[in-house]
Amino acid sequence: MRYLEKLLSAIGPFLGLIFVYLVFCFVAPPEFHSIYNTKLILSQTVIFGIAALGMTLVIISGGIDLSVGSLVALGTVVTATFVSKYGGQDPGILIPATGAVLAVLACGFCGFITGSIVAGFGIVSFIVTLGMMQVARGVAKGLAGQTTVTCPTNWLNDMMIVEPAAGAWWSIAPAVWVMLGLLGLMYVVLHYTVFGRRIFAVGSNESTARLCGIRVRLNKVWVFTLSGVFAGLASVMQFSNLTLGDPTAAVGMELKVIAAVVIGGGSLRGGEGTVVGSIIGAIIMAMLQNGCNLAGVPNYVQNIITGAIIITAVGVDRLRHGRQTEV
Amino acid sequence: MDEQQPFLQLQNVSKQFGGTVALDDVNLAVRSGEVHALIGENGAGKSTLMKVLSGAYQPDEGEIYLDGEHVEMDNPLKGRRLGVAMIYQELNLAPHMTVQENLELGMEDTTLGFVKSQREEIEEVLELLGHTSLPLDTPVRRLGVGKQQVVEIARALLTDARVIIMDEPTSSLSAEDTEALFSVIRKLRDAGYSIIYISHFLEEATEVADRYTVLRDGEVAGTGSIEDMSERELIRLMIGRSLNEMFPSVEREPGEPLLDVEDLQGPVPDGVSFTLRRGEILGIAGLVGAGRSETVRSIFGLESADEGYIDLAERGQVHVKYLSPRRSLDLGLDLMSENRNREGLALNMSVAENMTLSSLDNYAGFGGWGLLNVWKERRAVRDWIDEMDIQCRGAEQQISTLSGGNQQKVALTRLLEAGSDILLLDEPTRGIDVGTKVQIYRLMGELASEGRGIVFVSSYLPELLGVTDRLGVMYQGRMSDIYPTEDWTEEDVMRFATTGR
Repeated sequence: MRYLEKLLSAIGPFLGLIFVYLVFCFVAPPEFHSIYNTKLILSQTVIFGIAALGMTLVIISGGIDLSVGSLVALGTVVTATFVSKYGGQDPGILIPATGAVLAVLACGFCGFITGSIVAGFGIVSFIVTLGMMQVARGVAKGLAGQTTVTCPTNWLNDMMIVEPAAGAWWSIAPAVWVMLGLLGLMYVVLHYTVFGRRIFAVGSNESTARLCGIRVRLNKVWVFTLSGVFAGLASVMQFSNLTLGDPTAAVGMELKVIAAVVIGGGSLRGGEGTVVGSIIGAIIMAMLQNGCNLAGVPNYVQNIITGAIIITAVGVDRLRHGRQTEV
Repeated sequence: MDEQQPFLQLQNVSKQFGGTVALDDVNLAVRSGEVHALIGENGAGKSTLMKVLSGAYQPDEGEIYLDGEHVEMDNPLKGRRLGVAMIYQELNLAPHMTVQENLELGMEDTTLGFVKSQREEIEEVLELLGHTSLPLDTPVRRLGVGKQQVVEIARALLTDARVIIMDEPTSSLSAEDTEALFSVIRKLRDAGYSIIYISHFLEEATEVADRYTVLRDGEVAGTGSIEDMSERELIRLMIGRSLNEMFPSVEREPGEPLLDVEDLQGPVPDGVSFTLRRGEILGIAGLVGAGRSETVRSIFGLESADEGYIDLAERGQVHVKYLSPRRSLDLGLDLMSENRNREGLALNMSVAENMTLSSLDNYAGFGGWGLLNVWKERRAVRDWIDEMDIQCRGAEQQISTLSGGNQQKVALTRLLEAGSDILLLDEPTRGIDVGTKVQIYRLMGELASEGRGIVFVSSYLPELLGVTDRLGVMYQGRMSDIYPTEDWTEEDVMRFATTGR
């Protein structure tokens, strides 16, 4: 019984994914279930997915990070500004790489600031990251001079090519491989390192964590810094997609990322969540967007659907916990 | 009175969950005008029986009779309508609403419709309870726990309850409030209500109850008038074996000093000093709020004290300001929290994860930065489960699904796992069954005989007198002189605890 329940909650997100897929197979035109479109959905997952890996850490530790969308925008601007300034006509390999690293560092630094304020002053992360959302967006706009930053195309843009070796079934966007690599890395970090176990402990019961000698505040600083770093990595993929720096990009993305984590089994009360589930959640979010577009569902309906899914996912999370406390 | 027809009767009630028998052919008879103590170890079936009574569970077999009539308790609401009210350990009151508003929340299914008539009825009930002075217009959160409990009981009476079930009602009450609650219970009894009183404190049961039923492993081990029973006999019924010694003695010899606490000054502790030696159990007695928890928590760095030093035999002197749990653990101190649910355990984590939370670094390479050796961790956890005799389905079981006694053993195992020499145990036997208590007393003795030092904080004087080597008493943040335990009498301890002299 209990094992069945455990199994169900583990494969629940996966069943959800299959369900959404089947629905679109009926509703959307046949292109939807082509191999190419599957690859397209995967590459559209990458940005949510990478950000969701960082968000998973934050949510497991009992917090929330609303600044992710703004950080992604900031990251694209940082990369584009650097490449356009120092890249000349042909930026080569090193200049875009440095731009990408700078974007990750900038976002990681923002996460570090967020984490330090959350830990140092004991303000709830909802408020601090709401502030950081505005600050990062403002910095991005200022840095970009209120407009988009163009720069010459470079190898970073190849990251998001849906099918690098055209026609070959095995060929998917390099960015997808990056996401899968990061997924494996974070899986190991969460389940096979002391740091990972401590994130769960802090989210499960902060007082217990403190009693057990865990440096709760330091842990929080790390978690938010990492969330920033992952937002930075996501921003590199966003830049790759846009081929320019856009301070108004990824508005509201944090909500979809949070939805992905919650769909994947993360609990907004902390202490629960899996990176595999979060990535599946991200695929579901990308698939919804892709399928709706193909099926010709207008944008406003998509908004409504996304909102309904977020509420449903949180509702399911609540139900799951309600049942647990009853036993 | 003995010939009186029982008001509430359970006949041959059985209940199974999967393969485990939770209740086996249980009979329970409670008369009106009687306080009936329901006694049993954790896991003996008390809470299942209560859930059957309140309608939350349906029995597989057996009948319930209320006032001679056969009733079906399909759901908790039905139980409530038939006049069975539960008062849980954690009170169900809306803290921001006034006393009257809280009382009226429960009135929805009565026939009275208007505020005025409700007020009259409320006053009637409060008079019955002897609490006419209860301020009806004050928000409930401003009342003490004891008064809040009265509100809860009053609410039960207002919904026409005839049977009131109280689950560990004194667990968060001071001695004074407990006395007040007992007088309320006696008034209810005299007014003809039936009260089922569940408690771990046998002396409370013998003080307030008229009759008792002891459950053991889902069966009734004994029932009768409590006047004829001694505490020792009740314990024997609960455990099912003769308990020669509640407090097993383990040979030990106090050694060199391990910990010197020097003039601890904080928001609460007021110049507390004491020395703890190797191989010694040092008891701290006192009333709730006397500053015992604050003292050990400041020594561990969980709460900040203003002034004072701790002097560790091998590590030298440290000012309390520079202590944190992490630092203290590194210095060889460890603390077991008095509040298992809020602080002692991470409830939605597994048995294994809770056990190793303080000692995780030992399972990861590169001084804690490498990968966790999960296999080694599980093996250690399995050994602990065997050694500590923890009843669970396995290392992966979620800790919240264990019984209180087993949870407490896991919490204690965490300290053993971390391997500190100085153990600060704050109410380590609170809310657990007698069998586990004895195991913990023996373990404490063994730990001391291995050369560790234990500070044992407790509100339960018999265990302090039975287990400790030396004893101090706290009163308003001050510590009495510390004497060998055999030099203290119960009266001496209580006098210092209540007067500071």
